[in-house]
Amino acid sequence: MTAYIIRRILYAIPILIGVNILTFLLFFVLNSPEDMARMHLGEKRVTEGAIASWKAERGYDMPLLYNAGAEGLGKISETIFFEKSLKLFRFEFGSSDSGRDIGHDISQRMWPSLAIAVPVLIIGLAVNITFALLIAFFRATYIDLWSVVLCVVLMSISSLFYIIGGQYLVSKLLHLVPISGYDTGISAIKFLVLPVIIGVIGGIGAGTRWYRTLFLEEINKDYVRTARAKGLSERVVLFRHVLKNAMIPILTGVVVVLPLLFTGSLITESFFGIPGLGSYTIDAINNQDFAIVRAMVFLGSVLYILGLLLTDISYTLVDPRVRLS
Amino acid sequence: MADDEILLEVEGLSTRLGGTVKAVDGVDLTIRRGETFALLGESGCGKSMTALSLMRLLPSGGRIIAGAARLGETPLLKLSEQQMREVRGGRIGMIFQEPMTSLNPVLTIGDQIAEAVRRHDPRPGKGVRERVLELLKLVHIPAPEQRIDEYPHQLSGGMKQRVMIAGALAGRPDLLIADEPTTALDVTIQAQVLRLLKELQHETGMAILLITHDLGVVAETADRVAVMYAGEIVETGPVAPFFGQPLHPYSRKLFQSLPNKEKRGNRLDVIEGMVPPLDQPHPRCRFSPRCPLAEGRCDRETPQLAAHDEQRAVRCHFPDKPLPHIDAVPKGASGATASAIQPLLATHDLQVHFPIRKGILKRTVGHVRAVDGIDLRIPTGRTLGLVGESGCGKTTVGKGILQLIRPTGGRVMFDDTDLTALTGNDLRRRRGEIQIIFQDPFSSMNPRMTIGDIVAEGMVAQGMEKNRLACEQRVKVLLEKVGIRGDTIHRYPHEFSGGQRQRICIARALAVEPKLIICDEPTSALDVSVQAQILNLLADLQQEMGLSYLFITHNISAVSYIAHEVAVMYLGRIVESGATDRILENPRHPYTRALLASVPQADPAARHTIPALPGDLPSPASPPDGCHFHPRCPDAGDDCRRRYPDSRELADGRMVKCYRVED
Repeated sequence: MTAYIIRRILYAIPILIGVNILTFLLFFVLNSPEDMARMHLGEKRVTEGAIASWKAERGYDMPLLYNAGAEGLGKISETIFFEKSLKLFRFEFGSSDSGRDIGHDISQRMWPSLAIAVPVLIIGLAVNITFALLIAFFRATYIDLWSVVLCVVLMSISSLFYIIGGQYLVSKLLHLVPISGYDTGISAIKFLVLPVIIGVIGGIGAGTRWYRTLFLEEINKDYVRTARAKGLSERVVLFRHVLKNAMIPILTGVVVVLPLLFTGSLITESFFGIPGLGSYTIDAINNQDFAIVRAMVFLGSVLYILGLLLTDISYTLVDPRVRLS
Repeated sequence: MADDEILLEVEGLSTRLGGTVKAVDGVDLTIRRGETFALLGESGCGKSMTALSLMRLLPSGGRIIAGAARLGETPLLKLSEQQMREVRGGRIGMIFQEPMTSLNPVLTIGDQIAEAVRRHDPRPGKGVRERVLELLKLVHIPAPEQRIDEYPHQLSGGMKQRVMIAGALAGRPDLLIADEPTTALDVTIQAQVLRLLKELQHETGMAILLITHDLGVVAETADRVAVMYAGEIVETGPVAPFFGQPLHPYSRKLFQSLPNKEKRGNRLDVIEGMVPPLDQPHPRCRFSPRCPLAEGRCDRETPQLAAHDEQRAVRCHFPDKPLPHIDAVPKGASGATASAIQPLLATHDLQVHFPIRKGILKRTVGHVRAVDGIDLRIPTGRTLGLVGESGCGKTTVGKGILQLIRPTGGRVMFDDTDLTALTGNDLRRRRGEIQIIFQDPFSSMNPRMTIGDIVAEGMVAQGMEKNRLACEQRVKVLLEKVGIRGDTIHRYPHEFSGGQRQRICIARALAVEPKLIICDEPTSALDVSVQAQILNLLADLQQEMGLSYLFITHNISAVSYIAHEVAVMYLGRIVESGATDRILENPRHPYTRALLASVPQADPAARHTIPALPGDLPSPASPPDGCHFHPRCPDAGDDCRRRYPDSRELADGRMVKCYRVED
């Protein structure tokens, strides 16, 4: 199994390099530093000198791949690809176009993101599994049928509706929590309650419906009939036999998103004014701050690859058929 | 305990599926303490549904609509669900057909048995594990202390079925329901399991309700038998008179459709037509449309299950009327000596090895020698039966001959051409000459193609018929030839029954005018009466078109009926081969002897203590040193452990690989 994990890690290396090259192409070749400068300096009359100084301030004045004017190793290292792209591997994100240290910003802003994403994941998982098990218990009855209809309805409603509706009902009419904003320490809770609840509700439809499918698939298997033939109660059959088998796909589905929790949610954070990485990205896009967008795109890709890697590893841990072969 | 004490009495049990399908229709049964009662029938006759009704474990949509069942004094169908849970696994244990899927893959076998122990045999903490070990020992699991913490996938099929039995015995049941307990297992393993069930019955005094489709298993193990047809019991009685002279025409036809060596050269009897649909009322005898004895009365009057003599009952108006005689249609001369004829196909030292890759870089660390040096000869117009248990490599031999898997070594000479040397277009042109029929006729046809397209595809690929109309015409002729109506070419595979699908697969193979057809377990997924139809068809086609067959199977009786020569395979090698009569009548290799002795005979007079070949088939990745068979062989000596015996020809012309066989 160790060999399997090592092999998986080795597979990740070429993918990371590919992601790095792809981000480089997207942000420096398709959209040259020249274009970036023009976009930033805006409609005002742009002089060549202004562009050159804008590029020089941000280190965009170097050649893309090969610096013929430099000495020795500098031919390679004093290039945009080396300075801006390869350094991403060391998580050196450099400065944003407005001059702030991106690495510092990220380490600051990931905590509010996690403060929302982690509770949403855990509570959502518990709620969805509970509902799905209940529906599985009442399978092939009207409760099952109408629950599925309700799930589809919940899935079909845009998450924007939940956010705006929730803010209107809970904050504006009932005045229970503030509409938006954030604070540090324990007082952050009153700002977090609503986004977390809305995040959970928004995920119920899709999650419950998927878990129900997993449970029903297991319930019809032969080993469940064997368990019933032993005289076990439906509760034991569901919890001990069905849940344990269905947890394999559920867990691996959860593990893949774990690393991505850091990057937060674009929409929720923007609407609730949470200073997390999601709103950070949105703001950067609005301000055309390509250094931040590039850093977030690369970070997101790395975390996703990490998620896939963790999935492969978790699979070997939870499934004895994989673990022991 | 009184022998005649009635344990289970079922009256008028009726079960419906999905509201309309009468899966079980008025079944009456009595099972006495300590006896083995066999419920015999073909697929879909309601025998499993009867058992699941008794356990009240019907699939969703299934409902018991009438009847009563008493286990001792307990009215099973009137119990609350909670009381019923005491009975399930307690007074009635149950084991199922598929031990592979009937155990929970993520729980250790110890946990799964312990569950049943805790439920029905409460004892303090540590006692549970001891009781589980005791149960594992009872079912003869080797090294139970180690096995108890293993997961199902680490056990062989036979071991899993033993674990299932151990779990069912945890509650010390009065009745064990065994639903096709050995159908998914190899014959030598089947023999072990049947023997184990008998032994356990002897020790515990439990009764067994054995559900099976196999007349041989009934003859070997049962005391009394009931035959089910279309949801009803059509005949019931003790085993000896039943096998001596079955009463119901359906039972009689079943016996006549069993292939065996006495019927060689004759056509097998078949049951024409199909089981009537179970979602419609039956105003007449359900078997009459297929019955050779049916008269006007059978169509007007539904027969009741009536006593025939003191012990037997039958649901037929004319149980004593003899069946019409089946004509013995002699086949072509089958006595020609095989060796004189130039072989159509000959393999020389055929090897198919699969690499085992391990480690970070997936380096090859060894080989699974699935096929390890096989010499076969098939003359034109003859059939070679390749017999062996699952995992012995017999299917890989077929694929290696077809070049579907390129052999690792050796030659495949077909009509003086070495197929292993051909590539690309040369090989493709020859593909039409060898065809294959698979075990599962449904999954071997594309469900999105019409049967006309399926049959025509090979002809198009071989460029045999360019004209569309002519092609369609040819497809129709081929379908008619295998007994499928030609106007069905626009239908899809799911619209046909299992036997019809296999006929379509045969038509597909015939379409490219092959000289050799590899039949890979062609009848294993089919019922006995349908199997007879397919075997008849194969025999007819051989006679008419001079086809050769490589008949790969584990079914000895089919081989004894259809094959001219037989080769017995064990762990990648042929251990014995020669003329079918000689090998089957007088097997010499210890494995062949054990294999043949493990096959249950449909004759209770021949009932014997089933000889159990110990152990499982070893892994072909690490076969035992020397003769692969020596760890299981009763005659093994030191020389067997050292070196694999060479092939020797005996005086009667057979080849055998064994040091112990004297000429």
